[in-house]
Amino acid sequence: MTSLVAVLILTLFVIAFGAGLLYLVSLVGPKPKFSSLKDASYECGLPAQETGHSKIPVKFYLTAILFILFDIEIIFMYPWAISFVDFIENDMGLHVLLSMGFFLFVFIFGLIWEIKSRALEWE
Amino acid sequence: MGTDFFEISINFVKMVAIFLLMVQLVPALVWVERRGSAFIQNRFGPNRVGPLGLTQLLADAIKFIFKEEFIPSHTRKFLFYAAPVMSLIPGALAFGSIPLSLPFHVEAFELFGQTMGPYRFAFQSFEMNVGIVFVLGISSLGAYGMLTAGWASVNKYSVFGALRASAQMISYELALGLSIVGILMIYGTFDFADMIAYQTGPLTFTWLGSEMTIPFLPNWGIFYQPLGALLLFIAMFAETNRAPFDLPEAEAELVAGYHTEYGGLKMNMFYIGEYGHMMVASALMTTFYFGGYNLPFVEPETINEILLAAGFSATKASLLTSFTFFLVLFTKLLIFLWIFIWVRWTLPRFRYDQLMDLGWKKLLPWALGNTIVTAVVIFVMKTWS
Repeated sequence: MTSLVAVLILTLFVIAFGAGLLYLVSLVGPKPKFSSLKDASYECGLPAQETGHSKIPVKFYLTAILFILFDIEIIFMYPWAISFVDFIENDMGLHVLLSMGFFLFVFIFGLIWEIKSRALEWE
Repeated sequence: MGTDFFEISINFVKMVAIFLLMVQLVPALVWVERRGSAFIQNRFGPNRVGPLGLTQLLADAIKFIFKEEFIPSHTRKFLFYAAPVMSLIPGALAFGSIPLSLPFHVEAFELFGQTMGPYRFAFQSFEMNVGIVFVLGISSLGAYGMLTAGWASVNKYSVFGALRASAQMISYELALGLSIVGILMIYGTFDFADMIAYQTGPLTFTWLGSEMTIPFLPNWGIFYQPLGALLLFIAMFAETNRAPFDLPEAEAELVAGYHTEYGGLKMNMFYIGEYGHMMVASALMTTFYFGGYNLPFVEPETINEILLAAGFSATKASLLTSFTFFLVLFTKLLIFLWIFIWVRWTLPRFRYDQLMDLGWKKLLPWALGNTIVTAVVIFVMKTWS
């Protein structure tokens, strides 16, 4: 609990540090002068072709969804990993190993299915 | 944080000092990167301003501070300002939770007529008993800083840079998370201090029921999990968006990626975030596979006794011992940071589909195989011994 308080304090300190720095810098520099060229969206020497938000390939959403599935499965392996040796010493090693084997089978099956269904192909 | 004002204030000062250490290391690293890249490419690099060009970074900092603060009107103002600050947080928090040295002890002393009891201060911002889970969770928040920057800029280059960066980060996080499962099985703990304690002494393991000791090698994780170390290191490169995985800032396609519209100090903050991420990655590699702050074959007690015999008080001796081992960790950290820089100027950039293939179809299956083999080997060795 106390370490979480420390995390909160450090977070607030970093935010204050960054925001304070940005504010102080805005005081010392030259005053910004408006010009329509400076105000334009960045483009390599031409007038900007697409202004505003452009369309985003759906592929990125797919990657994000797949990531969430697999990441949760990996997080479930962590408590298993750190208590694995304890289980072996209490003669439950085979049971725990086979349970994780089944879990990994589902994981690997999912990964192979995902590759076969071309969800990970990028052109 | 502590029980009385002395402990709380020391803890706070420590926290700020570690954060400032991280921020102050950035100019030094930028100098090393510029000089190092120059020597790799047979150039001189910055060598005019000050001895060896060392004050070049000071000049750059002054320029960053005095630049005109122009915000294009088509951006989302609040998010545009918030993104650089957001990118600072994950590095600072993750670096703060990694032990940089042994905890030091302060003996009881008198202050304003009160006895201030003996204290123990960890050489890190805060002690977390879930160490690595916290670091993984916090460092993946780095994607938010980049996504916010890209979205707030309302520029197609920024948006695509941010999307690429976040897709790459989450893809390699799988390989990263899975590559350390093997070593977690061996250590049996999430706590960094326990992992480092495990890695003291010479390399010792049980082989077919008999205890084996290799006296000339330290008991480091790299000797148990060489493949895991390699996978973690590769995934770390992708996590920090460094070359050869710096697709988000592929300048031929995307100008500067998610910070295309940024300039001056705001852009500099993204750099602090990136270098902070590199420091966290190096510290993780050191803690997991290279013995953390351990110096091979030197016990902390020996150094403490030498210092006590030299006439230092118990508090000073403890502090100096911690500082000595901090320098050991710092040296290891600098070696890894140099490898980050060295690789950037050696390998060319990947193509995006190659990058995703490497993450999902190569690193992830290899990490899976590493996990399965480690589990079976541990099971066989522990059961038949």
